[in-house]
Amino acid sequence: MIPVISLRDVVALSGRFPLLAGVTLDVQQCEIVHLRGANGAGKSSLLRMLSGLVPITAGSAMVLGHDLVVDRISVRRELALLGHASFLYDDLTVEDNVRFALRASRAEGARASRAEGARASRAEGARASRAEGAAGSLTGADGAQQALARLGLAGRLRTTRVSRLSAGQRRRAAIAVVVARRPRLWLLDEPHAGLDASGRLLVDELVLEARDAGATIVFASHELDNAERLADRTVEVSGGRVVEVANEAPGATPLVDGVVGEPAHEEDIGVDVA
Amino acid sequence: MLRDALLVAGKDLRIELRSRVAIGQVVPFALVVLLLFGLALGPSVGRGSVLYSAAAGLFWIAVLLATVLGVQRSFSIEAVDGASDGLRLSGLDPAGIFLGKAAAIGCELLVLELILALASALLYDRPLTGAVLLLATCAVATVGLVAIGTLYGAVSLGARQRETLLPLLFFPMVAPLLLAATKSWEEAYGTSGHQGTGWLDVLAVFAVAYLAIGTVAFGPLLEDA
Amino acid sequence: MSLTTTTLDEQLDDDAPITVAVETGAFRRSTNPRRSKTRGEQIIAIVGALGLIGMVFTVWLGLWITPPDEFMGNLVRLLYVHPAIAWVMYLAYGGAFLSSLAYLWRRTRSPKWDRLAGSFAEVGVVFTGLTLVTGSIWGRPTWGAWWTWDPLLTTTALLFVLYLGYLAVRRIPGDPEVCARRSAIAALVAFVDVPICYFSVLWWRSLHQAPTVDDPINGKTYIHGSMAWTLLLSFVALTLVFSWLVAQRYRLYNLAALEEEQGLSYALDERRSEGAESTVGGNVMSGTSS
Repeated sequence: MIPVISLRDVVALSGRFPLLAGVTLDVQQCEIVHLRGANGAGKSSLLRMLSGLVPITAGSAMVLGHDLVVDRISVRRELALLGHASFLYDDLTVEDNVRFALRASRAEGARASRAEGARASRAEGARASRAEGAAGSLTGADGAQQALARLGLAGRLRTTRVSRLSAGQRRRAAIAVVVARRPRLWLLDEPHAGLDASGRLLVDELVLEARDAGATIVFASHELDNAERLADRTVEVSGGRVVEVANEAPGATPLVDGVVGEPAHEEDIGVDVA
Repeated sequence: MLRDALLVAGKDLRIELRSRVAIGQVVPFALVVLLLFGLALGPSVGRGSVLYSAAAGLFWIAVLLATVLGVQRSFSIEAVDGASDGLRLSGLDPAGIFLGKAAAIGCELLVLELILALASALLYDRPLTGAVLLLATCAVATVGLVAIGTLYGAVSLGARQRETLLPLLFFPMVAPLLLAATKSWEEAYGTSGHQGTGWLDVLAVFAVAYLAIGTVAFGPLLEDA
Repeated sequence: MSLTTTTLDEQLDDDAPITVAVETGAFRRSTNPRRSKTRGEQIIAIVGALGLIGMVFTVWLGLWITPPDEFMGNLVRLLYVHPAIAWVMYLAYGGAFLSSLAYLWRRTRSPKWDRLAGSFAEVGVVFTGLTLVTGSIWGRPTWGAWWTWDPLLTTTALLFVLYLGYLAVRRIPGDPEVCARRSAIAALVAFVDVPICYFSVLWWRSLHQAPTVDDPINGKTYIHGSMAWTLLLSFVALTLVFSWLVAQRYRLYNLAALEEEQGLSYALDERRSEGAESTVGGNVMSGTSS
């Protein structure tokens, strides 16, 4: 099966600083991948690069069938990034924000999903046509309402300005945007951060539901217990590169596909690195 | 593209309605500018005074200054939380974003011009003759102004040495617009020797040209924030 | 893309640092200060020398040999300076425009066009300033004013500010490719303004029927004999000097890029070693083994 994400030695710069120093990674469809690493290791940069925001200086990157080196703009409609910042407009209500984001991605999204429907797998195809049906008949209000309800924002909070929300509520609103868009690839940067216990459970549920609906999820998190329960696979990011780490789930096969940096990982154990 | 433009314009105008920055900050600023001109060039008004003969030019300079503020405001909306990424991630067509933002700023500008025109008529004791030409000039000149403003607004989006870049880039490019608009207003006033809408036609050419350039160049510039 | 990985497959096996080369061999050879000059550099050196000689002759001829004009007197000697400087200014902006186009067009995209555009623009701005100054010096005794709102002069002043803005855009920090593309677009947009400015000011002047004070070079000066030759020489000499200046600036850009590239390999290694240290720490603390 063609992987949803396929990276080979990707180098990405910010001015002179290498955010990513040679990342190699494969992610299959319907996988939930957890990015783990110290602060400044490159997790956020990796997510941003996957969403096409960061130009790629060297290497090759295929995401959702798009070659990011050639065109990193059109891939954005098919994925959603939940970043550190909330991408919400302060002066608009939660509902306005979700509606806007939904309609912004909908025009192209509807076309794309129609094309997708023809060659999607059975499970996904059924779901896609159901989503399409909803999209076709309404202007997305339905999708927005569903997402808001799911995130517990359907009541009074729905018509509250984002500037008046607490940090946790803002986070929920940002997640509602992602949920409403129903992207094929979810890129989440610290999804559990800033949420209370019920919020975290909710995020886990949403991620699993999305996976069952055919989406692929890559998320970065410092909360190792939570994350390792949720994820199929954990990937260590350090020094702008990626080192595969097998999940402790029984029967999971460790991935040893000649990844750059893997020898370094072995060297690191008990060896004095200058 | 047009659909995206309407979406963005609607969003921007809705934000303006809720936050009232343009009406609450930019319009007063422009009025202050008119006042300051009066202080610098007055105090005599009426025929023969400096303020009288310069009224059209002073009006348009105030409009230009206000445009810069309006553009900065329009783009600072997108950069809340330090994230100018939101717009790029939204999946909207960049040309549509450009037209939508330009349209929103344009609407705000038109309202401002109306207020300023009345104010300048009062302050500089200059009746607004030839109202049709005045209005037409405002409309067309505004198109050109917001086109260039929005285009360069994309360059000045985001932090890192960029906020002060906008006026420097904007003013040289709109100098011809300033010239044409002022002369067109003076034709409306009836003070220029030349009759007719010649300058208005010139303005129209600029407006179309700048709009076209902006639509094409905005996308790549937005990427580089 | 300005960077390409080299010998990737070999490096994959032994985890050697991935080096990223900016350009191919010729560039690397040309920036090594110890080897002898390449053909290109020899040509540029000759151009510079010729330009210098030309300027010396122009000054000598202009100040001492040629006769003063019957109307303008000694003031006409500015004829040997001002028009040539203005001509070079147009050359520079034309060059910046074409280089920016070349950069944006996919088939010829390469960072050298961006560097060339920057070189042209910088030299252009300097010469624009000189045009304004020499024009003003000429104008004061001629018209009685330091400035007149002549279409040419006004457009030149606007050009000056326009390209100062362009240079400011070039200085915005960022990824090299991103900067290059942004600058190229800014150059094209700025260039579009030039004819617009000129024609609108022209119309402005003509409508106002102001006393047509011509730019001195359009004035009624009969140019013949030694003056004509000197004028021609000034054009040639200044063009040579201009080319030399642009080449030097271009070379500076190349050197800066080389420095960045070397810095990049180093930065890549440093970045990766960050990871090695933290991995060691993590494994020691958590006690897991792989």
